[in-house]
Amino acid sequence: MSLLSLDNVTVQFGGLKAVSEVSFSIAAGELVGLIGPNGAGKTTVFNLITGVYAPTVGKIAFDGKAVAGKRPYLITARGIARTFQNIRLFPSMTVFDNVRCACNMHLKHGISHALWRGAKVAAEEARIEAEVMELLGIFDLADDRDANCKSLPYGAQRRLEIVRALATKPRLLLLDEPAAGMNPTEKMELMKLIRFVQEKFALAVLLVEHDMKVVMGICERIAVLDYGQKIAEGTPAEIRANPKVIAAYLGKEVSPEPIGGT
Amino acid sequence: MREFERTKIVLLVTIALVALLAFVCNRSPEFLQSRIYDILLGIGISIILAEGLNLVNGYTGQFSLGHAGFMAVGAFLGSAMSLGIAFPYLDGPTWAGAGWTVIFKVLQQGFAWLVNAFFWLHNGIIALSSGAPGWAKFLIALIYGGATAALSGLLVGVPSLRLKGDYLAIVTLGFNEIIRVIIQNAEPLGAQRGLTGVPSNTNFFWVFAFAALTIYVVHNLVHSTYGRGFLSVRDDEIAAESMGINTTKYKVLAFVVGAAFAGVAGTLFAHQKQYINPESFNFIRSVDIVVMVILGGMGNTVGVCIAAVLLTILPEILRDVAKLEWLPIWLREVAENRMIIYSLILIILMLARPQGLFGGWGKKKGAA
Repeated sequence: MSLLSLDNVTVQFGGLKAVSEVSFSIAAGELVGLIGPNGAGKTTVFNLITGVYAPTVGKIAFDGKAVAGKRPYLITARGIARTFQNIRLFPSMTVFDNVRCACNMHLKHGISHALWRGAKVAAEEARIEAEVMELLGIFDLADDRDANCKSLPYGAQRRLEIVRALATKPRLLLLDEPAAGMNPTEKMELMKLIRFVQEKFALAVLLVEHDMKVVMGICERIAVLDYGQKIAEGTPAEIRANPKVIAAYLGKEVSPEPIGGT
Repeated sequence: MREFERTKIVLLVTIALVALLAFVCNRSPEFLQSRIYDILLGIGISIILAEGLNLVNGYTGQFSLGHAGFMAVGAFLGSAMSLGIAFPYLDGPTWAGAGWTVIFKVLQQGFAWLVNAFFWLHNGIIALSSGAPGWAKFLIALIYGGATAALSGLLVGVPSLRLKGDYLAIVTLGFNEIIRVIIQNAEPLGAQRGLTGVPSNTNFFWVFAFAALTIYVVHNLVHSTYGRGFLSVRDDEIAAESMGINTTKYKVLAFVVGAAFAGVAGTLFAHQKQYINPESFNFIRSVDIVVMVILGGMGNTVGVCIAAVLLTILPEILRDVAKLEWLPIWLREVAENRMIIYSLILIILMLARPQGLFGGWGKKKGAA
């Protein structure tokens, strides 16, 4: 059974159909790529899955239960975490605190414990600290734990966003252009890291990315969007050979005969 | 994490210290009558108000301009508790001849039931506490003032916290005025005349014990994994939601906690001045508290504390300055009008130090 399934999802902003009748599904533990030219609706699909927008028509199911239109924090609680295309870290906080925030959801203690600060809370805070440091260690950020997150280099900020998403203990991780702005070496490392965490935490990953090397290199399956519609889906090799995809990215060949004639 | 469990001890030591100081103060009747003592109590009350608002405006980033409204709720209902003012129950609508207006009458009846339930609780607590000793009665009044203010904070917060920025500021400002106008028209609470003869129960111990408690609560709330939620709401609401944080819950919680402490401060204020008038809880009073938070640096507990002290002393100094006869008359008139000084301070501050006078103090590296 698929972990996440979109069934004929359409979202309309006024007269504009940003996403129209898109259906696809992701199985548990699968690494799926979502590509398409600028403005194709990739980020809108992310926003639909995570509850930032509610679909006008269509169903979204996660783990067999409908999630469309639910508040984002409830969807995150079900096990979907995401990163953002334009980095959205918590700017006033340290690297450590940014990740700690994401552990909030799994807290066993509430406000009264936060105020009383007994041994149980201290133990839980210590456990959270250990978890956060382990995640930061995997992403090579442990040394920066007390640095302000905005002082990190761009690539490290992107990695920190992934760490923060992982701290919510998701089953499905949505990465919105994780390699944007990285140099080729950083991109290679990131690809390895994504593979690594996917296997380590048994995650399903949905990846939006413009860099075809990254997408073709790690995705098992790719879906292609153009003008809000899914135009193709298949393995990297199939996508590379699909004429519709080539047309969407490079344009159609100019027809040999002039249209309309003079 | 080392300091994690130490805050409780710090609170207890502070309260013990406050009790000791209060004991020393009580030995000298002249001191209790002095202006300095009066200013000291004012400082404590300001600290409670400013730290409560700091949780809302500073840490959670929800700009509220209605803090004096919650203070008014605490002041009037706390005083009503001390004075033993019971509320007469509201009558339901007359059902005779009800045509299609029956809808309104049903609503009116529902409203009357709700208000009467609250009145019943209020009158019940008064009846129960009538035989209690003075200090216990005062403690009940303080808790009651805080609880009712928290309730009003909940009523205001749930609908208005959907708004952001300027819109929220305007709505909270509106609620401040609504609360004031309701009190101005509530005959049992003295209406326009206000309440007189409130017992003089506020002393050094109560004020500073509650100031310590406020700082303890706000500090502990914010400095825990649970409380990082407040900061995340301020920093980026969309990202916070996506990280599984219920932003609405945190906003309402900050509002309720802030309002509760404003209510306690209001009760303390009423029992210090022994006379309260609805007019003294107007928009200007709210601005006073906001200025303390901005001056101290939004979301900086130590800074806001210092700013509360400075801005409570400042009007007193200005009052003295206005009396100095050798100063030019225009300067004395400026000194008499503290709003001019406040505006100047704010303008200079926003130009020179937008992070607040003490912004960046008392913080660990990069921590908020």
